[in-house]
Amino acid sequence: MIAIEALRFAYRQGTFRLHIPALTVPEGQKLAVIGPSGSGKTTLLNLIAGIQPPDSGMIDVAGTPVHALDDARRRTFRITRVGFVFQDFELLDYLNVLDNILHPYRVSGALRLDAEVRARAVELAGQMGIAGRLRHHAGELSQGEKQRAAICRALLPRPQLILADEATGNLDPDNKLHILDLLFRAVDEHGATLLAVTHDHELLPRFDRVVDFEAFRGEGTT
Amino acid sequence: MISSVYIAWRYLVFNSGRTLTLVACVSLIAVVPLALEIIVEESKRQLVERAQRTPLLVGTRGSALDLVMNSLYFSDEVPQEMKVAGAQEIAATDLAATIPLYVRFRARGFPVVGTTLDYFDFRGLELQAGTAFVLLGECVIGATVAEQLGLEPGDALLSTPETVFDLAGVYPLKMRVAGVLARTNGADDLAVLVDLKTTWVIQGLIHGHEDVVKSRDSSIIIDRSERNVTANAKLMQYREITEDNAGSFHLHGDEGAYPLTAVIALPHDDKAETLLRGRYLEADNPYQVVRPRDVVDGLMANIFRIRTVLDTVILFVSLATLMALVLVFALSLRLRQREIDTIFKLGCSRSAMAQMLAAEIAIVAMMSAVLVGLAMVVVSRYDQQVVRALVL
Repeated sequence: MIAIEALRFAYRQGTFRLHIPALTVPEGQKLAVIGPSGSGKTTLLNLIAGIQPPDSGMIDVAGTPVHALDDARRRTFRITRVGFVFQDFELLDYLNVLDNILHPYRVSGALRLDAEVRARAVELAGQMGIAGRLRHHAGELSQGEKQRAAICRALLPRPQLILADEATGNLDPDNKLHILDLLFRAVDEHGATLLAVTHDHELLPRFDRVVDFEAFRGEGTT
Repeated sequence: MISSVYIAWRYLVFNSGRTLTLVACVSLIAVVPLALEIIVEESKRQLVERAQRTPLLVGTRGSALDLVMNSLYFSDEVPQEMKVAGAQEIAATDLAATIPLYVRFRARGFPVVGTTLDYFDFRGLELQAGTAFVLLGECVIGATVAEQLGLEPGDALLSTPETVFDLAGVYPLKMRVAGVLARTNGADDLAVLVDLKTTWVIQGLIHGHEDVVKSRDSSIIIDRSERNVTANAKLMQYREITEDNAGSFHLHGDEGAYPLTAVIALPHDDKAETLLRGRYLEADNPYQVVRPRDVVDGLMANIFRIRTVLDTVILFVSLATLMALVLVFALSLRLRQREIDTIFKLGCSRSAMAQMLAAEIAIVAMMSAVLVGLAMVVVSRYDQQVVRALVL
């Protein structure tokens, strides 16, 4: 599903350098990425999603050479094939839950918003247990409900890849496990691949595989 | 297709306080100069047109501006009174036709204009209902007076007492509305036109009272002989003129000594005008003759000078407000940076983001335009009243 080779990236300002010689993630796998702060975990997610292009190397996601796409194609790739779940949920306060879930369809011409999509959004919200909160604004939700809404938003376009950046970092222990279960179930039902950055070592046994960025230190990550 | 307008609208509704403040600021920037333009143009129209159509005004020496404002626009400033004899003198010269004016009293806030029926022809006034005043105590009201007071022919209108606590002062006269003028969009819309003698009735100079000869009230009659009847102060004076008591109204003394505030003089030709003006040049003449257009031109020059200053002030205030709005918008973008980053991360293009922000600006601009439009309708609807309140 994901194949990375000789990936190099550096920010123009600063001393940060990322070098991943090789990383492969099979389709349907739930991969946890751990490592110290500043080791480049979030940068890796951004590179895989095409938010930033690499300086060199290859990133292939389900046959799409992300490293070789121009800006517009990277955006289309991101919105149609990648679902993002953020630590702070990143829901928009001024939209209600349903509008937040439908938001990707409203900000990109690559997705078409129709009755079927709306029905699927409602169904997803039902699966996540927030069907009764669809008309509430994001600010009225609990932390757990916010993350459920964010997961619905990530899953609605049926992405092949879910990227979760500290998705449970702001949740209490009970909610943390519950949300992770929901995320795993949704990923399984959608047949997606999950790549999750986490600092929470308690959750690692639940993942299929764990990649520690410490392993890349000796190979060039600084 | 992205739903920029929908998202922008949701954002503006959610932040309704900020949105309303922005709309109010943008609207004010537009409304103030536009409203000022409308009011200045209306002032100009009301002042200049009427002044140009009034050749000469004769009144007692004093403020020419007060004389013109009172005689043409029925302002509250009452010029020093002149005598009817002054008007008779002008008529006697055969240089001009004259229309006397006595504009001193008010009826429910509107000026009572004592004049003659010639005034209707001179101003080209037409009746939309009823008839002109024929009897003493009848009035013809302007279109705005009728509208605001809900009056129509046959109704009654009380003149306003000048001094409530002065027993010898001017008492209210109940006037019958004989007719309503068609709208003129001028000062006559706000006038209560009456016969000159009716204003003298209001002042108490003409009065009617109980017929003491016929009266059998012993508390009124002090002494009765074959030739004389002596009554005391209990003798009732009428404050309403009816068909029954109209015959008892009379004036005492020489009519030439009765008061006027001005005389509109209509010279027969340019030569007559020059001759007439020449007669009032002597400093010892108690009266003055003024050309209203000259007085109004001077007034307009002052108004335009003030307007230029106001325009400059408004320009600077608008610029400052505009800059503040740009700053508010820039700061709000900075506050929304995280939201913008999220939207980019989801896959939104910069142009789509720009569309959303442009849609927000467009919606604020449209709401402001609607508000400005409504404000302009209101200002246009009430511009005459505003001009009367602020300028005249």
